[in-house]
Amino acid sequence: MYPFIARRLLATIPVLVIVAVLVFLLLRITPGDPAAILAGDAASTEQIEGIRKTLGLDQPLPVQFGIWALQMVQGDLGESYYYKVRVTQLIAQRIEATFSLALVTIVVAVLISVPLGVIAAWRFGGWFDRFLMGFSVFGFSVPVFIVGYLLVWLVSLKLGWLPVQGYKRIDAGLWPWIQHLVLPAITLSVIYIALIARVTRASVLEALGEDYIRTARAKGLPESKVLVKHALANAAVPIATVIGIGIALLIGGVVVTESVYAIPGLGRLTVDAVLARDFPTIQGLILFFSLIYVGVNLLVDLSYVVFDPRIRY
Amino acid sequence: MAATDADRYAALSVESADVRPQETAWQRVRRNLSVRIGGVVLVLLLAVAALAPWLGTVDPTMFDAGSRDLPPGAKGEMLTLDGEVIKHRFHFGSDSLGRDIYSRVIYGTRVSLFVGVVAALVSLLLGVFCGLTAGYLRWLDGILMRVMDGIMAIPAILIAIALVAMWRASLVTVIIAIAIPEIPRVARLVRSLVLTIREEPYVEAATSLGTPTWKIMLGHILPNTIAPLVVMGTFIAASAILIEAILSFLGVGLPPDIPTWGNIMAEGRIAFVQFPHNIFIPGIFLTITVLAVNILGDGLRDTLDPKMAKRI
Amino acid sequence: MNLKRTLVAVGIAAASSAPIALAQAQTVLTVVPHSNLAILDPIWTTAYMSRNHGYMIYDTLFGTDENSKIQPQMVDTWTVSADKRVYDFKLRAGLEWHDGAPVTGEDVAASLARWGKRDAMGGALMTFVDKIEAVGKDGFRITLKEPAGFVIEALGKPSSNVPFIMPKRIAETPPDKQIAEYIGSGPYVFQKDEFKPGDKAVYTKFTKYVPRKETASGTAGGKRVHVDKVVWNLALRDYQAQVNALIKGEVDIIENVPFQHYETLVKDPNVEVRKTKIGLQYMCRFNHLHPPFNNVKVRQAVLASFNQRPFLQAQVGVADLYKPCPSMFTCGTPYGVATGSDIQSKGSMKQAQDLLKASGYDGTPVVIMKPTDLSSIDKLPEVAAQLMRQAGLKVDLQAMDWQTLVSRRAKKDAPKDGGWNMFCTAWVSPDIDNPVNNAALPARGASTPWFGWPEDAKLEELRRAFMMETDEKKKIAMAGAVQARAFEVATHAPVGEFTQPLAGRKTIKGWMTHGLAHTYWNISK
Repeated sequence: MYPFIARRLLATIPVLVIVAVLVFLLLRITPGDPAAILAGDAASTEQIEGIRKTLGLDQPLPVQFGIWALQMVQGDLGESYYYKVRVTQLIAQRIEATFSLALVTIVVAVLISVPLGVIAAWRFGGWFDRFLMGFSVFGFSVPVFIVGYLLVWLVSLKLGWLPVQGYKRIDAGLWPWIQHLVLPAITLSVIYIALIARVTRASVLEALGEDYIRTARAKGLPESKVLVKHALANAAVPIATVIGIGIALLIGGVVVTESVYAIPGLGRLTVDAVLARDFPTIQGLILFFSLIYVGVNLLVDLSYVVFDPRIRY
Repeated sequence: MAATDADRYAALSVESADVRPQETAWQRVRRNLSVRIGGVVLVLLLAVAALAPWLGTVDPTMFDAGSRDLPPGAKGEMLTLDGEVIKHRFHFGSDSLGRDIYSRVIYGTRVSLFVGVVAALVSLLLGVFCGLTAGYLRWLDGILMRVMDGIMAIPAILIAIALVAMWRASLVTVIIAIAIPEIPRVARLVRSLVLTIREEPYVEAATSLGTPTWKIMLGHILPNTIAPLVVMGTFIAASAILIEAILSFLGVGLPPDIPTWGNIMAEGRIAFVQFPHNIFIPGIFLTITVLAVNILGDGLRDTLDPKMAKRI
Repeated sequence: MNLKRTLVAVGIAAASSAPIALAQAQTVLTVVPHSNLAILDPIWTTAYMSRNHGYMIYDTLFGTDENSKIQPQMVDTWTVSADKRVYDFKLRAGLEWHDGAPVTGEDVAASLARWGKRDAMGGALMTFVDKIEAVGKDGFRITLKEPAGFVIEALGKPSSNVPFIMPKRIAETPPDKQIAEYIGSGPYVFQKDEFKPGDKAVYTKFTKYVPRKETASGTAGGKRVHVDKVVWNLALRDYQAQVNALIKGEVDIIENVPFQHYETLVKDPNVEVRKTKIGLQYMCRFNHLHPPFNNVKVRQAVLASFNQRPFLQAQVGVADLYKPCPSMFTCGTPYGVATGSDIQSKGSMKQAQDLLKASGYDGTPVVIMKPTDLSSIDKLPEVAAQLMRQAGLKVDLQAMDWQTLVSRRAKKDAPKDGGWNMFCTAWVSPDIDNPVNNAALPARGASTPWFGWPEDAKLEELRRAFMMETDEKKKIAMAGAVQARAFEVATHAPVGEFTQPLAGRKTIKGWMTHGLAHTYWNISK
């Protein structure tokens, strides 16, 4: 098992290197002049030139990349042009909100979608199955912000049940924390539910056709036990995989959801940074998100060993 | 599944002659309910897009500050560029500048469909190119596929946002920004198909006969990738339409004077509670369109390429 | 992650909610400012957010009261020598920095020196100044090379850059670098650890602050603090969400009420909507360097077409909040006269079309820049484009975010090489209410400080004459002459005036909405 883990870890390195190069190129070969933006309204040409020098923007591209990569390796994402603080500090300040939102979303999504998927597979072809499949296509098709606005309008404004915006840190108490996360998490989980329910249904369906299920049924095991113990266990690997792949969707959704609910997380930071042409922050965030994506998928791969004893490396 | 494979290689398979004449793929596609529903809705939307100027619309960029923030169905006035005032009925109300939302939504159909189709074509084209190259030129395979892995490791919407923010947002840049993150999936699919097909006896035969590589690709490999690519293209189109709206909504999409559903909604954000129709009407159009494309894609996949779901 | 540890942590959080509840018994004022707070150095930048931050934590030597009169603030008494060259100031007793050290004349001298290198008016003052020095522990002296009439006005100027007084060691930061320590002697202490850019800024009451005896007025008078804490919510940027949060009582004040929500908020029983006393002016600026606006006749044609009403209707829309005004110096101020404005205020589309025909306009498209992320001015370019099209010009409306617009408007290149022809913006009345401070009037060609670069020797001459005049009556006539010439050469187009509404919960008392700056003393909850 350990050689497998080592191999899997090593395999992520080239991906990360490529990501770093892409991120660097993406933002350096651009028409916008960060030095001019940084200098502000009333800056003279000399001032702009000076800023360009201090940022190293006058160096040739490969040199710039070298300087930049060296910093990255040391865990330094540079200083935000706009906020004048370390990007790592900005990320650290915002990570709690985004992490909470993502966590609650995944928990909500799994708790809702897995049972739905199992039931749909069990009643394959029935009305519930059709309804769920319909909902799942709908879930892929409706824009996140429409769901968000609909919920704010209905739940917060018309019914007055939950706050309309913002985020409360968990150390301000569990209830305010949950209260502020319910709507954003539901908003964000729609697409996730659609995705996981589909995959659960398909894998359970496949498992139900296998011999060992027939054997289990023949042995007279109760249907619920067959479904949960055998069929669902078989679906664990695809579900884990789809959660991993879905992280990319989740990150995209976070950017939008945090804008709708005014949550000061990493998604909002991304939009603000892009609008302010804050290169180091954009680069840092894309790198960070990619790292999360690669990391989660690594964990998912490793989890196969736990979920599926048949897989041996 | 076996039937499909037999279908696909009917020309070569010895057994196929014995198999009782089956429906062609096209017949199966046409019979599929999902394809029918999605197709009909899309044809309707295409008609709306094509006939936009004749559907009782006015110039979607024209505004009259005297007719701002009208509710759906209200009557108001419009000042034309020639300076004459015309009476106008605002079926979907007006926005905060006094533009006709009905006209903007109808014209927005053009933009959304165009972005969806062209973004899908661009990513298919580039993806097929990368996939064929990687599949055939083995020395390029490693580096090319690592770059694809790298692109896939960056969430699509982040690439799109960053790209659009860097260049000035225009139709071209938005389409490219949406298309780029989709390339790796297409490239992987094509590459895997190439790797399978090139081992087939008929391809090997062609190679040994000295047929040039490019001819083999065009003649034997591309036709076999068409079905899965059509399916993938519809899904890319659906997500492209969504991402275009999201970009506009976040304020980094097409310039606000271009009537797109995303722009109408972005404009409506500021007074969403008083005038929810500004967001919900284009939102309904957007959802229906994406839904139709997705349903069509589901139907196409079920009929053309049942293995698809497994491959991606 | 260790599940057990997480659960324990959550348990602790729940258990510790009791002391937190106690802490919340303090009065906390939650404010949604008009923009994001990015830069914490109000001398380095002219951004209004940084200025408002400055008013929270720093004090000023003089303040401006609601009647635009300069009043002493940190200064107790002062004398001017007979030859008007030596100003002697004494600071009030009891002034103290947030770190406990007393405020001295040396701090003042260093702060003024740094401000003089950044601020336009400060720079003008420094051309007269021979030296600024500390006198004793609590005094300072300004010695001039020759008499200047605006020393006290400059020291008491209410808006960016405000000469905020900082400790000497901080004020010695080079003027082109931002300060890194945020210690003031003002009514609030900045909580650096709690500051999260783009999320929130936190200020707590400075208990040792000694307010003046006078009642608060503008930025002058006693800065009495009645709340324990002020939190600026920087995360809440969506206007609809701001309004929702105010109506639901999740925040106390929003500084920038979107016009579309004005009427809803006016009707809300729990919300009070205020109008600032000081108005703003919208302005569209020509780029005089490139065709078609290097041709004065084309500019005049545009002026004739720029009826202010459509601009105001589209951008503001609420009749209570706007008014057309023919003056470049804003109506209701001493120089707010209509002299020479007929070309615009009595212009018509017909006249514009005729003027354009006579101008020899060759169809060069006008590149007009539209900011997409500033809802306070984003509709002006749309209206400008429509009016110019009606007049017969070709228009290329280019949308971009404000940051891009700001860097692009500084470019002198031709529009096709990344330059521009027109942009629109808004000014606070005190920034443009006379021929000296109005940035759109200097006309020295490419060396003009503000973007657009008009060139007209006669206009420059008239402005210089105004600066040298001391008689108030004559000054009004001379301001009229400057304005008439500016309309004649069409430096820019004023396109109407408005007031920006603010809104707060009705539970707020003593809120000052003078509009000089957003200040949060004197307020209680």
